[in-house]
Amino acid sequence: MERDQLRAMLRDMLLARRFEERAAEEYTKGHIAGFLHLYPGEEAVAVGSLHAAEPSDWIVSTYREHVHAMVRGMSPRAVMAELFGKRTGCSRGMGGSMHLFDRALRFTGGYAIVGETYPVAIGIGYAVAMRGLPEAVLCFFGDGAVNQGTFHESLNMARLWNLPVLFLCENNHYQIGTEIHRHSAVAEVYRRACAYRIPARRIDGMDVLAVYEATREALAQIRAGNGPQLLEFETYRFRGHSMSDAGAYRPRVELEAWQRRDPLAAQPAAEALGYPTQEQIDAAGEDCIGRFCRHLGREGVVAEDELEALRREVDEIVEDSVRFALESPEPDLQDAWDSLYAARGKEVLL
Amino acid sequence: MTERVKLWQALNRALDAEMAADDAVFVLGEDVGLYGGSYRVTEGLYARYGEWRVRDTPISEGSFTGLGVGAALAGARPVVEIMTVNFALLALDAIINMAAKIPFMSGGQFPMPLVVRTPGGVARQLAAQHSQRLEHTLMNVPGLRIVTPATPQDAWWQLRQAIRSDEPIVMLEHELLYFDEGPLDEGLPPPPMHRALVRREGEDLTLLTYLKGVGQSLEAAERLAAEGISVEVIDLRSLRPIDWERCMASLEKTHRLLVVEEDCGFAGAGAELVARLSERAFYLLDAPPRRVAGLDIPTPYNGRLEAATIPQVDDIVQAARELCQA
Repeated sequence: MERDQLRAMLRDMLLARRFEERAAEEYTKGHIAGFLHLYPGEEAVAVGSLHAAEPSDWIVSTYREHVHAMVRGMSPRAVMAELFGKRTGCSRGMGGSMHLFDRALRFTGGYAIVGETYPVAIGIGYAVAMRGLPEAVLCFFGDGAVNQGTFHESLNMARLWNLPVLFLCENNHYQIGTEIHRHSAVAEVYRRACAYRIPARRIDGMDVLAVYEATREALAQIRAGNGPQLLEFETYRFRGHSMSDAGAYRPRVELEAWQRRDPLAAQPAAEALGYPTQEQIDAAGEDCIGRFCRHLGREGVVAEDELEALRREVDEIVEDSVRFALESPEPDLQDAWDSLYAARGKEVLL
Repeated sequence: MTERVKLWQALNRALDAEMAADDAVFVLGEDVGLYGGSYRVTEGLYARYGEWRVRDTPISEGSFTGLGVGAALAGARPVVEIMTVNFALLALDAIINMAAKIPFMSGGQFPMPLVVRTPGGVARQLAAQHSQRLEHTLMNVPGLRIVTPATPQDAWWQLRQAIRSDEPIVMLEHELLYFDEGPLDEGLPPPPMHRALVRREGEDLTLLTYLKGVGQSLEAAERLAAEGISVEVIDLRSLRPIDWERCMASLEKTHRLLVVEEDCGFAGAGAELVARLSERAFYLLDAPPRRVAGLDIPTPYNGRLEAATIPQVDDIVQAARELCQA
């Protein structure tokens, strides 16, 4: 991979981590309200997968989507302002944290009802296939979303009509507080895809390069006309489900193991899902960002001082986004009516 | 040129015309393709436009309606047929949480050129799970539009307007109207999609209704005319938005209000019509408004009981008579 792309990926991961930490601070200050679902721990998934996508591809994401939006190209200002509920936000303050949209970037939303991303994605895929375009749809969902009926309905239709959809499972092992073995009879999400004859793989979601490569290969298959693919990324969120969740249901030992997961020891296997032993934790290394930094350092892509410069750069971008959000005007009720009726009054009288 | 066609044929022609005019238009639903549609509305289209434009779906109402939402986001103009409105209950997430919300939640960025067509109402002894009306539920959803064509001419006009609209539109059709015949002039310029139309002019009473209620009300009006009661029958044609100005103009003339709806009366379309018009026209009214509505009970299978739970022409005549004597 090109040096520039590796550095861009590292920068996006650092930005993602810093942005989300800063959003949490602003939440505690009361500048951000409602639900705020943060992404730390899962950065490798959004960064790896979206760097493998083309600008002509379409993105459908969940309510934990700030990072997807920014990696896709949305400015941190537009995202932070949306979290603040300001008129300058990407959705004009109407959507908030869970509903980021950008038509130009083909970022078709964050959806806050679990399991909605599949039908939206196959619908976009249908429109693409009907016109015979070389575009693909990246459809994100969590492990908790695979027990909704829409998962099965949509995978069935995607295969039936060979739709260009890449299903991307961000398996962070918890649906809010319920661990995957307590919510899924089959805890390996990728295995479910075979019921619909959809090729699927399980990937180490803490390894950004593995995510990138797997996504690139899957998209190549889709563009070759081979229909839908599914990738399951094993990952972990370091925080609770949202800002109102301390995540106390998770054993400390498990959290620490994931935070220091050793890239070399990590096996994408079912048994890795069990609670780790103290020995395994002791043997663990850094988190997904740390391991990527170390990898790029070893490979000579990013030197220590460059890394520091990158950290300063993302700090400044995030601080700028907070200043921008703070200074931006609130939307008024007319903005709300305009948003609702943007297409009203344009009926064609035949 | 005016022809006489059945309502299903007018819908069929509207789909054909729009599909011919715009490659982005496609139809999907259960048995809409090879089979030709359970009420023949999509007959012949599969042969003409092929499987990508006329898509037979699995029985997955939630996801194929959601598929329509996604396709609309990508610039297509899907027409989703849900075989009956009873099955639309499985698609309410797509309709209410997605189609009605996305344009708003995106700050107005994404249009939603989605049409969901679905027949409903009490037909012939189909029992409680196949006899529902969903107006009351859908009317309460900001962001949706609801149209209710009761004549072949409206079916032709409103379906074409709905397909060309960038707003999400639910077209409620009545199962007993598909095979009703009426005039259709394809070249006639249409009124706005939500415009209420006066089907019969009158002086004594304003009767607001839609779908199957239109024919029943015209029959009642004919009988009432013989008694010297002059009823103005207004076909609302759209339940969201409602053409309040047309309603008000009639009330200013008649000073009496009667609503006829097949849906259950509690918290239904009639409740909204009476409440809103009472607020606006309280001092114009000579008598308390009345509603002739379905009873608040699931529809029984038994034929006599089924008829007893929904408005009949006699009920309309009696209510109008009482209203004019008040």
